[in-house]
Amino acid sequence: MSDIFILVEHRQGKIRDITYEIFGLAESLANQQGTSFTAVLLGHDVKSFADDLSRRAPKVLVIEDENLEHFNSVLYQKTLSSLISKYQPSLLLMGHSAFGMDLAPSLSVEKDFPLVTDCIGLTFEEGKLKATRSIYGGKVNASVSLRESKGYIATLRPGIFPPKMHGEIKGRIVMEASPLEGGVDVKKFIEYIEAPITGEDITQAEILVSIGQGIGGPEHIPMFEELAIRLGGTISCSRPVVDRNWLPKERQVGISGKTVKPKIYLAIGISGAFQHVTAMQGSDTIIAINKDPRAPIFSVADYGIVDDFQNVIPILKEKISDMK
Amino acid sequence: MNIIVCVKRIPKTAEADIFIEKDNKDIKKDNLVFALNDWDGYAVREAVLLKEKFEGEVIVLTVGPDESKEVLTRCLAMGADRAIRIEEPIPNDGRLIAETLAKVIQTGPFDLILTGVQAEDDGWGQVGVALAQILGIPHASIVTHIHIEGGKAKVRRELEGGLEELLEIKLPAVLTIQTGINEPKYVSLAAILEAEDKETKEMTLEEIGFSPREPLDATIDQVSFPPTGKRAEILKGTPDEVVGQLTEIIKRKKGS
Ligand SMILES: Cc1cc2nc3c(=O)[nH]c(=O)nc-3n(C[C@H](O)[C@H](O)[C@H](O)COP(=O)(O)OP(=O)(O)OC[C@H]3O[C@@H](n4cnc5c(N)ncnc54)[C@H](O)[C@@H]3O)c2cc1C
Ligand SMILES: Nc1ncnc2c1ncn2[C@@H]1O[C@H](COP(=O)(O)O)[C@@H](O)[C@H]1O
Repeated sequence: MSDIFILVEHRQGKIRDITYEIFGLAESLANQQGTSFTAVLLGHDVKSFADDLSRRAPKVLVIEDENLEHFNSVLYQKTLSSLISKYQPSLLLMGHSAFGMDLAPSLSVEKDFPLVTDCIGLTFEEGKLKATRSIYGGKVNASVSLRESKGYIATLRPGIFPPKMHGEIKGRIVMEASPLEGGVDVKKFIEYIEAPITGEDITQAEILVSIGQGIGGPEHIPMFEELAIRLGGTISCSRPVVDRNWLPKERQVGISGKTVKPKIYLAIGISGAFQHVTAMQGSDTIIAINKDPRAPIFSVADYGIVDDFQNVIPILKEKISDMK
Repeated sequence: MNIIVCVKRIPKTAEADIFIEKDNKDIKKDNLVFALNDWDGYAVREAVLLKEKFEGEVIVLTVGPDESKEVLTRCLAMGADRAIRIEEPIPNDGRLIAETLAKVIQTGPFDLILTGVQAEDDGWGQVGVALAQILGIPHASIVTHIHIEGGKAKVRRELEGGLEELLEIKLPAVLTIQTGINEPKYVSLAAILEAEDKETKEMTLEEIGFSPREPLDATIDQVSFPPTGKRAEILKGTPDEVVGQLTEIIKRKKGS
C-alpha cells in the first residue's frame, strides 16, 4: 500500500498544533498498513519547518513557492492535486480546521477521493477506510464506511489525538518543484485581521462563570454577572451568546475565541461542542450545570449538576455571599 | 444580483432525550423538534440583506422530505422570494447532496450561492465547498463578512483564535456562512402568512435529470452512544443540598 500523506498546517510562521496531532494517528495507521507516512509542507521560506518535521516523520515533501506564502485553497489544491497524481497516496490527512474545511471537500471532488470530515477515529479494514464521527452535537457516535477507492481524504477533529513529540528519527527531506505558474485571480489573500484587544481579558481570570445558549436569553445575564462578581471571577461564554449579541466577542471561549485555563470553570447551559471544549479542557476544575444528563459537557467536567439553572443559580448566589 | 441559498431542515437534539433506532443506523426522530439549520438561517438573512442593497432575487433550495416545506416557508418569511425543494434521495451523503444541488443550480443564472458552514445534525462541513468544485466556481468557507463590488466580493474568513483573513473572490462563487455574520431578524406571524403565498417548486430527482451513482462515498454502519469514559461526579439532592456541595467544592478549589 502507498504512503499516507499529512498536510502540514502553518500560519504566520508557526506550525499549528493540529499537525502534530495528525502525526500520531498517521504513524499508527501506517504501522497497521505496513506502509509509511509523509509530511507535505507547502509554503514560502519554510525550510526551518522541514527540519522540525523530519524529526517526527520518515519523509518530508517540501514545495516552496512565493504564491504559497499564505494559505489559499485554490493554490493548495492545485499543488496537492499534482503531488497526488505523482505519488498516489492511499490517504491524505488534514485538520478539520479553517484550513482543512476550505480545502478537503473541493479536492475530494476533483480527485474523486471519498472524504470523511471531522473524524475522532480512523482505521483501514480490508483496504477500506472506516471512521468514527461524533454527531448530533456530540450526543451520538457514528461508524462510517467509505466506498472502495485507491485514495481517501480525511479531516481530523482538533484536540482528540495525542500529539507526536520529537522522535529519534531523521527523516528525509525531499524538495519538489512547484507545479504553480504564478498566482490566481479567482481567490486572493489580502491580509490577516487580528482580533481587537479590548476590555476584559478572560484568559487571566481564576474563576470563569461561563454561559451558553441554554440560559435562554440576555435577560438572565445580570444574574450571572453578579454571581461572577461574588465569586471573584469573570463572565465568559460560548459562541451563540456572542452571535446573538448577548455578550461581546472578547468573552467567547472556543476555537474561534479564546483558550482559557482558570482554576474553576463553571459552565452553565453549555452543551460541550468540541469547538468549545478544546479551549477550556485545560481548566483545573470544571463544573457543569445543564438540564440534559446526556450533554457532552459532562464528559469533560469534574462535577456536574443536572438541573435547570434557574433552580440552582439564585440559591448559589445567596450561598456565595455568605461564604465571603 | 441573484442569490441562491441552500438550506437544510435538521432535528434539534441539544435539549432532547435521544434514542437509537432498532437497526442502529440512526437516532429516533419522531419525538424531536425540527428546525432550520442555525447556520442556514444566517445565510438566508445575509442573502436578504444583500438583495436589499443590490436588488435581484433570493431563491432558497433544499434537498429533503416533504416536511422540509416548513423550513422553506420560514425562509420565505425571512424575505426569500421563492423556494425549490428536491425530493430527498435516501440515504444522506454529502457528495450526493452537493451533486443534486449542482444539478438544479446549473439550470438558471446566479451570481452568488450561500450555504451554512455546517449542518447542526451531522456536521460534515462539506456540502458548500464540494458544490463549488462541482460547479467549477471559487469558494470561501466560514465567512463572517461580505462586501460586494464590481463582480467581486471581499470576504472575511474566520480562522482560529479570533484571527480572520480578508480575501478577494471572483463572482459567481459559493460562500459558506458562519453564525454571527449578521443580526437575525424577528419573523412575524404576518410574514409567515404572506410567505405561504410565495412560490415553492417541488421536483424529484428524475425531474432534474439526476441519477445518483452507486456506491455512495460514505455510509453509516451504526450509531451508538459515546463510551462513558471519564464522567463528571454528579451532585445529588435537593437544589439546596446540591448547591451546598457545590459551594464546598468551589471554596476548596478556589483556595488550592
Ligand atoms: C468553525 C466553527 C467555529 C466555532 N467556534 C466556536 C467557539 O469558539 N466557541 C464555541 O463555544 N462554539 C464555537 N462553535 C459553535 C459550536 O459548534 C456550538 O454550536 C456551540 O458551542 C454551542 O453552544 P452552546 O453549548 O452554548 O449551545 P447549545 O449547543 O445549544 O447547548 C445549550 C445547552 O444548554 C442546555 N440547557 C438548555 N436550557 C437549560 C436550562 N434551563 N438550564 C440548564 N441547561 C440548559 C441544553 O441541554 C444544552 O446542552 C464553532 C462552530 C464552527 C463551525
Ligand atoms: N439536504 C440539503 N439541502 C440543501 N442544502 C444542504 C443540504 N445539506 C446540507 N446543505 C447545505 O450545506 C451546508 C453544510 O452542510 P454539511 O456539509 O452537511 O455540514 C448546510 O449549512 C446547507 O447550507
